[in-house]
Amino acid sequence: MATVEFKGHTWTIDEDGFIDDFNNWNEDWVEYVKGTEGINEITDEHWKVIKYLQDYYKQYGLAPMIRLLTKKTGFKLKYIYELFPSGPAKGACKVAGLPKPTGCV
Amino acid sequence: MAFEPKEPQKKLKYKELRIYSDEELNNYTEEELKDFKCKHDIPDLDELEKGPWPSFVADAKREALHRRKLAEDRMMVGRDVVEDLMGILQLSFDHGETHWKHGGIVGVFGYGGGVIGRYSDVPEQFPSIVHFHTLRVNQPNSKFYNTDYLRTLCDLWEYRGSGMLNMHGSTGDIIFLGTTTEQLEPVFYELGHVLQQDLGGSGSNLRTPSCCLGKARCEWSCIDTQDMCYELTHFYQDELHRPAFPYKFKFKFDGCPNGCVASIARADMSFIGTWKDNIRIDQEAVQAYIGGELKPNAGAHSGRDWGKFDIQKEVINLCPTKCMWMEDGKLMIDNKECVRCMHCINVMPRALRPGSDTGCSILCGGKAPILEGAQMSMLTIPFMKCEPPYDNIKDVVDKIWDWWMEEGRNRERLGELIQRHGVPKFLEILDIPPMPQMVTEPRSNPYIFWKEEDVEGGWKRSIEDYRARHKR
Repeated sequence: MATVEFKGHTWTIDEDGFIDDFNNWNEDWVEYVKGTEGINEITDEHWKVIKYLQDYYKQYGLAPMIRLLTKKTGFKLKYIYELFPSGPAKGACKVAGLPKPTGCV
Repeated sequence: MAFEPKEPQKKLKYKELRIYSDEELNNYTEEELKDFKCKHDIPDLDELEKGPWPSFVADAKREALHRRKLAEDRMMVGRDVVEDLMGILQLSFDHGETHWKHGGIVGVFGYGGGVIGRYSDVPEQFPSIVHFHTLRVNQPNSKFYNTDYLRTLCDLWEYRGSGMLNMHGSTGDIIFLGTTTEQLEPVFYELGHVLQQDLGGSGSNLRTPSCCLGKARCEWSCIDTQDMCYELTHFYQDELHRPAFPYKFKFKFDGCPNGCVASIARADMSFIGTWKDNIRIDQEAVQAYIGGELKPNAGAHSGRDWGKFDIQKEVINLCPTKCMWMEDGKLMIDNKECVRCMHCINVMPRALRPGSDTGCSILCGGKAPILEGAQMSMLTIPFMKCEPPYDNIKDVVDKIWDWWMEEGRNRERLGELIQRHGVPKFLEILDIPPMPQMVTEPRSNPYIFWKEEDVEGGWKRSIEDYRARHKR
């Protein structure tokens, strides 16, 4: 487990770059991690995806299936890959601070 | 009619694309190989080298020695990667458990599949394989390639990976074994932009479609499997690269019921070439087989003397539906009873050929045993014409996916969903009637639940009336 520091925060991350605890997530994490996931600028549409993932995670304790994500956000899967080039599982979940998905998303 | 790709194909020339010189490729002697000692103690792996069979350990040692003698700046991944791999395998044998971590999510931009993350849980002991990610490369149709192609891929992987490959994974892909996260994007760029190759499927997506030799080499192929495989691979790029399914989904294309890619046992949707008319018989050739001028099975069993060919014993009596007989010296076939077992055609290829009105059967639900045990695909559509652009086939695929994505549970294969909901429901989704061909023994177990609207005149019945006479 490595640690990273950014704007006064310290996060512990695993080898895939996911933070160890959802409770340690904050908006600065998004700023920090967007570069490694190929995102130039975080827009409202990114936030829509992030917020949906987080709300679902808070309620059910896991990441939603892809179909739900596309249905609820109204974004086609291809568009989600445009927003998060590394994809919903690796990219969007990492940015949103969710634990590493094992088979959903 | 030869298969022609729809877009111009780059001709890979090793001469232009090569990374290593001949001296670098042949940098060790057989003498040195004999003296080679892995840096880890690997007694159980050495054991695997014994005996007359080819061994991956012997291959790995060659590669390990080769890497030892390459210059440091000629490899982007640790020099000891192969030796560390052998070491971790020995450790796993010693402990009786794996030392690869569970999970690991890595990938390349734009794709959700094609790369499988692999991390070691003993990084200090084996520093060169802390990362050991696998890439799946979509194999050429029917696995046709030339040495330029293979050498180019091997050089790329020597430079940016472990140098070790699997030819082929069980889905058919060319598997690049072992690289670091930093090398994934460069490998992907080289494959896509320079070599015009693509990654295959992994995770919950459409896995790399694969097909038999088809019309390229085989006179029995009833459909152009290469064209179908190519077209559907291109048409379903999104599904292949961006996982959105409940679980994996496999297409396989067999040109005839001999099933050289075993689509019936290994694919969620198997496409198997078949014919609608009669087996074509050349009676003169039948006589030549009986007379011994032609060798049965095209001479495949000529290694020893099996005695004179006996058509009654070796063909007619072995027909599973007993639909063949000899009449006035002629071979007769009751074609409507034929179940396409291919035995007679295989034994007497010069005398018997598949019919000429050809198409494919579609079978659904095959899978390996995770839940419910292994299942063969179930015959779903007995015959369908297969002609480009295969819109009729795509319609069936889309209907199945819509249903499976709506109803399928997480990690539920199509075959399991059909079991859970029942075949009648599946047929309703596809909007096709039940057919005797779907049943193993249609004359002895034809269970069908009729609906009132299916039966002329319908019926009247009341459960109260029934219960008045029969206790529950």
